[in-house]
Amino acid sequence: MTDLSPELSSGLDTPLLTLSGVAKNYGGARPAVTDVNLTVARGSFVSLVGPSGCGKSTLLRLIAGLLTPSDGGVHWDGGVRPDDLGFVFQDATLLPWASAFENVYLPLKLKGVAADDARDRVMAALGRVGLGDVPHRLPRELSGGMRMRVSIARALVTEPPVLLMDEPFAALDEFTREKLDDDLLSLWEELGWTVIFVTHSVYESVYLSERILVMGSHTGSGRIDEDLLVDAPYPRGLPFRQSPAYFDHCKAVSAALRDGEV
Amino acid sequence: MTGARFVTILIPVMVGLAALLVWEAAVRLGDVPKFVLPAPSVIGAALLENFSSLMSALWITLRITLLAFALAVIGGVALAILFSQSRLVELALFPYAIILQVTPVVAIAPLILIWVGFDNVNLALLILAWIVAFFPILSNTTLGLRSVDHNLMDLFTLYGASRWQRLWSLQLPAALPYILGGMKISGGLALIGAVVAEFVAGSGSGTGLAWRIIEAGNRLQVPTMFAALFLLSLLGIAIFFALTLLEHLALRRWHESAVNRDF
Repeated sequence: MTDLSPELSSGLDTPLLTLSGVAKNYGGARPAVTDVNLTVARGSFVSLVGPSGCGKSTLLRLIAGLLTPSDGGVHWDGGVRPDDLGFVFQDATLLPWASAFENVYLPLKLKGVAADDARDRVMAALGRVGLGDVPHRLPRELSGGMRMRVSIARALVTEPPVLLMDEPFAALDEFTREKLDDDLLSLWEELGWTVIFVTHSVYESVYLSERILVMGSHTGSGRIDEDLLVDAPYPRGLPFRQSPAYFDHCKAVSAALRDGEV
Repeated sequence: MTGARFVTILIPVMVGLAALLVWEAAVRLGDVPKFVLPAPSVIGAALLENFSSLMSALWITLRITLLAFALAVIGGVALAILFSQSRLVELALFPYAIILQVTPVVAIAPLILIWVGFDNVNLALLILAWIVAFFPILSNTTLGLRSVDHNLMDLFTLYGASRWQRLWSLQLPAALPYILGGMKISGGLALIGAVVAEFVAGSGSGTGLAWRIIEAGNRLQVPTMFAALFLLSLLGIAIFFALTLLEHLALRRWHESAVNRDF
């Protein structure tokens, strides 16, 4: 696995991901995504923000290779293969018949790693999300927040250099969501992933990201309309959430979202 | 056993016993001839009197039912898996599976009997019971294999799962509730199929419970008819409960339909 600690990655300017002229048309009157040109630097935390139906989830699926672009290309650099990606869905998307351990073990199992060899890695991944003591519980025996933690542990058990997240905390209550936001940031700082995070929450995007891509401010455009930087230092915590800078950034993103409204 | 559960068993048993008592009293008081409606006590006596011959008939019917059911489960699940792997195979074969299902088994029976020959009646019964029991398994399993959460399918794609891994670790477990539901329908249908086929084949070479009913009817031994009928119902109930138990054991930990909410 490539060493991707933040110290090393921050110095690298070569983009890890390049999208050139990417478009996706499902066959409807207008394309879901059109003419997206984008580069993402290694180790960065990027959010895609926009209203429902603006094409952000489609764009994330194009990046993940789950959809094939109608036009343009998605190019990974730095030795990243498409199956190196971690993906977290809006729902926890767990196998309901399998324990937390078995769910986290799944990506390794599919890659042919024996359960005995994977045990330490799976337990380490569960430990990182604070679930080291409940590996035998089934998804229905866990709370919504715990299920989402299992989902994150599953995404990080393969130690992916890139984590793609599709509104992962949207269905959770505010307290759980803020806690998971903080946990995610700690993991990101510790592990040096590149994270692409889809959300419709302006506040969440500002709190988490270094860079915010605003989509769909022009209703149904399917484009990235604004590319904003959040220059606040990490680690971020409650002081940042309550700072004037935080609210200024939120206002800027909201304004960018409103720009195209008629 | 909780009180509520005890009541759910006790009430139907009490109703049954009361009905038997009313039946017995009505037949005795009304002097109903036993070739019209025999009293439960007379039916019990007929059952004891013909116990060994009825039991061997029961065994024959049971054997055909269980074998047809097992083959229906194997065939139905296997064909549904084939359908899930190839849309073309499904398009090509599914209409014929429907034709097999909608054509009344009574109408197919004479043809099957001619094909396999009257010296092979048990094979004909097996085929006919299988035809009736097969479709619910096929149809339910096909639906189950198709109803897998799309995000989970995407997840397996992302992690480069092979067709076999996807089938074994995702589609089949997800389809299990549907397969078990199909099995519950088809267990009863296998028994119906075996009995109906035996009626149609009723040439005297069949020796299952259905044949005993025809034979007793011809001789106006109505108590024996009732005794055979009683055993058939008992068999159907036993199959239903066995499959319900299997479903409960397989799904009780994770599936919404079987999870105990009393906590």
